[in-house]
Amino acid sequence: MALDAKVDGKLDFKVVGTRVNRPDGIDKVTGRARFGADMTAPGMLVGKVLRSPHAHARITSIDVSAAEALEGVHAVVTRADFPQVELDEATWDVLDNCMAGEKALYDGHAVAAVAASSESVAKKALKLIKVEYEALPHVIAVDDAMKADAPALHEGRQVENVPEGMGANVVARYEFGHGDIEAGLSKADKVLERTYKTEATHQGYIEPHACLAQVGSDGQADLWCCTQGQYMVRDTCAAIMGLSQSRLKVTASEIGGGFGGKTTVFIEPVALALAKKSGRPVKMVMSRSEVLRATGPTASSSIDIRMGMTKDGQITAGFAELRYQGGAYPGSPVEMGAMSAFAPYDLENVKTVGWDVVANRPKQAAYRAPGAPMAAFAVESAIDELGKALDLDPLEVRLKNAAREGTKASYGVTYPAIGLEATLRTAKDHPHWSAPLGENQGRGVACGFWFNFGGNTCVSLNITPDGTVNVIEGNPDIGGSRASMSMMAAEELGVPYERVRTVIADTASLGLNDVTDGSRVTFAVGLATIEAARAAKREMCKRAAMVWGIDEEAVVWEDGAARPSGPNAGKHDPMTLADIAAIASNTGGPIAGHSEVNAEGAGVSFATHMVDTEVDPESGAVKILRYTVFQDAGKAVHPDYVEGQFQGGAVQGIGWALNEAYIYGEDGVLQNPGFLDYRVPVASDLPMIDTVILEIPNPGHPYGVRGVGETSIVPPLAAIANSVSAAAGVRMTSLPMSPPKVLKAIQTG
Amino acid sequence: MSMIHVTTTINGVAQEYLCEADETLLDVLRDRLGMTGSKEGCGTGDCGACSVTVDDRLVCSCLMLGAEAEGRKVETIEGMAEGETLHPLQRKFIEHAALQCGICTPGILVAAKSLLEHNPNPTEEEARYWLAGNLCRCTGYDKIIRAVMAAAEEMREAS
Repeated sequence: MALDAKVDGKLDFKVVGTRVNRPDGIDKVTGRARFGADMTAPGMLVGKVLRSPHAHARITSIDVSAAEALEGVHAVVTRADFPQVELDEATWDVLDNCMAGEKALYDGHAVAAVAASSESVAKKALKLIKVEYEALPHVIAVDDAMKADAPALHEGRQVENVPEGMGANVVARYEFGHGDIEAGLSKADKVLERTYKTEATHQGYIEPHACLAQVGSDGQADLWCCTQGQYMVRDTCAAIMGLSQSRLKVTASEIGGGFGGKTTVFIEPVALALAKKSGRPVKMVMSRSEVLRATGPTASSSIDIRMGMTKDGQITAGFAELRYQGGAYPGSPVEMGAMSAFAPYDLENVKTVGWDVVANRPKQAAYRAPGAPMAAFAVESAIDELGKALDLDPLEVRLKNAAREGTKASYGVTYPAIGLEATLRTAKDHPHWSAPLGENQGRGVACGFWFNFGGNTCVSLNITPDGTVNVIEGNPDIGGSRASMSMMAAEELGVPYERVRTVIADTASLGLNDVTDGSRVTFAVGLATIEAARAAKREMCKRAAMVWGIDEEAVVWEDGAARPSGPNAGKHDPMTLADIAAIASNTGGPIAGHSEVNAEGAGVSFATHMVDTEVDPESGAVKILRYTVFQDAGKAVHPDYVEGQFQGGAVQGIGWALNEAYIYGEDGVLQNPGFLDYRVPVASDLPMIDTVILEIPNPGHPYGVRGVGETSIVPPLAAIANSVSAAAGVRMTSLPMSPPKVLKAIQTG
Repeated sequence: MSMIHVTTTINGVAQEYLCEADETLLDVLRDRLGMTGSKEGCGTGDCGACSVTVDDRLVCSCLMLGAEAEGRKVETIEGMAEGETLHPLQRKFIEHAALQCGICTPGILVAAKSLLEHNPNPTEEEARYWLAGNLCRCTGYDKIIRAVMAAAEEMREAS
């Protein structure tokens, strides 16, 4: 339900759109903020996990007796210690991923865990656990995993529309589009067929997963953890542990980055099982190696494109076949890849087919616009190559085919007002586009799309007796959202930003809130905050009407005060929020506003990225010289943090394009489980990242807000590939574009 | 295991503690002294989230043993503000929105303070190379570098 079908036409913002200081700033610059690993409890034990050294193995026996006998060990758990409860398939997969059952499915898969009095005792105990494995053949690469004779991870997990005869690791098929591809291709002046590949990358949040679990003998349990969604943790862990949701209270710590990677659980059910068995609080903190081996990177991909274009740049047909491996369980983001691949374009003939594939790698988790960056890499590279072959301007080609209001997208929806064309026109007029380039330098552009989500949201807003305001919301603040909520509440109530404090509730203190994902928080929680503020305003107008002895309808809220309005209201001095709060006890009791909603109308988002690179022909090394992001944010609530989302997404994309990759040996063991060898961009790799915020109002939000967090990682892979291809004089179709790969491409032409 | 007795100075205050022989300085700070401002992002010296200074030298506290702090002068993020007065770097980080999640922020602030003590007038490139050992995954470093340069300018003007 969209609360407001139309934008209010509100343009005279007083607080929204300013660059206020965030409320958690001082805590975070002084070291006071408490993240996942910063919590302790009296009598706390240290929990640690034993992980499979094999990529694929049957677990024939586990002997924990020696570990249990070690002094200081309070509990050892294996899969057998989890309750035998009925679970849906998705939750069963989460449990099996947190603690292996019959088989270890990837290097790093958890097989047992201990709780001990200290870190050193826990480490010793892990060495005393004897696991017998029967090693099985494994498969890592997506195209290998799809073969009919590939080692099968599971039996019976294929959904019905997977054609007979395909390998057991192909678990689902998706198809989107309209028109007739062959007819479209026949009208083209040039047709391109090309295959593109991307490697698995990790979200790379700097804070490893951490939690602290306590389980009382009465079955009441408490969990503190770093997560993007405390309610998701509650619901998943309660199901796995056989608890009712009201018995498990989950509190979200400050979160040290997530980017989608903290939208599921990895250690939380294990910590609860250890706490239950030991009767003591158990704290677990992952090492970086564990994070890389056993949490969720994104999928690797292999994508075939067929695309036709006329001499004047019209795309006559676009076809993509996308193959994504999402690790050891079904659920790679290929469906969203197939939906988003051609989303920026208005095409008569378009079709995408997506294949979800399992392989002996860690279970993938969401990573910022999951599934879209790889699809955009393929499509935007193909558009670039066709445009170059036909001697066309890359921005003009995109403008010619750009989706607009009323366009039927390849995934089925018809767009309302959208901002793609505005980002392209702004890019064309920007000085970056006309700046000169030197030798071995190239410029690339690419567009990107993301859906944005709304979802289940609850907000409570309390007017305190002294006339200040508390907003209570249920989504962990991953990049300044408490500031945004306080700003929207202040805007709506007409009070200064400093008088509003926003806090994040635990699961027992507020109703269900969906995970902080899909760029939903500023949109959906913002919308609920505005609605809660409006409810409080209605109540305050009612109280003023009571004091003045007039009808409620004769009172309006303007500039932070109730005012009489209309011919029969009479003359009364305005009552401010503080005036009304001070006498609330005498006019009916405390004043609060609430909003509970499953928000729709999130408003899709588009961006165009422009990047200049220089390629060293001697080494193949790529340097990013200049980077500009053009993105439609809807109304930018806090422009600093909108820019920050643009910049952060672009730089994660730079890492994905140039350096980052999961590297496996022949044995199926991950060879680079650390930040030394899994190399994310550092400050000296980069220039400043310029940003241009466009504000095309989202009709589904009272202030026109859209999500902004994810779109920014969609264009960079292709924009950089297009730039490097121009600089090197050779088309790059596989990521990462590491120096050896670029050098080889230059040498072989 | 017998414990090692250590006498050291942390943020200007004399401090004694007992630690195991294989315990890192980061473990001691976080788990024995309750100073959780220094963060563990990797445990291998690659991310810089645990940055502290020891005798005015910038180190990763995850790569140094707690026992090695004997007789040294350790400075952590907890000692950066003077009472309620933030260090200019801390203030500029807030004003420039140089943090999103904030987990890398303590380490980057400690490293940036060390930079400005060694070089009060760094170029952007010098700041980027000095901070190359501190990973931030949220910001793309743009606003961090701007905040450091703004703090450097303010500190030069004040001195």
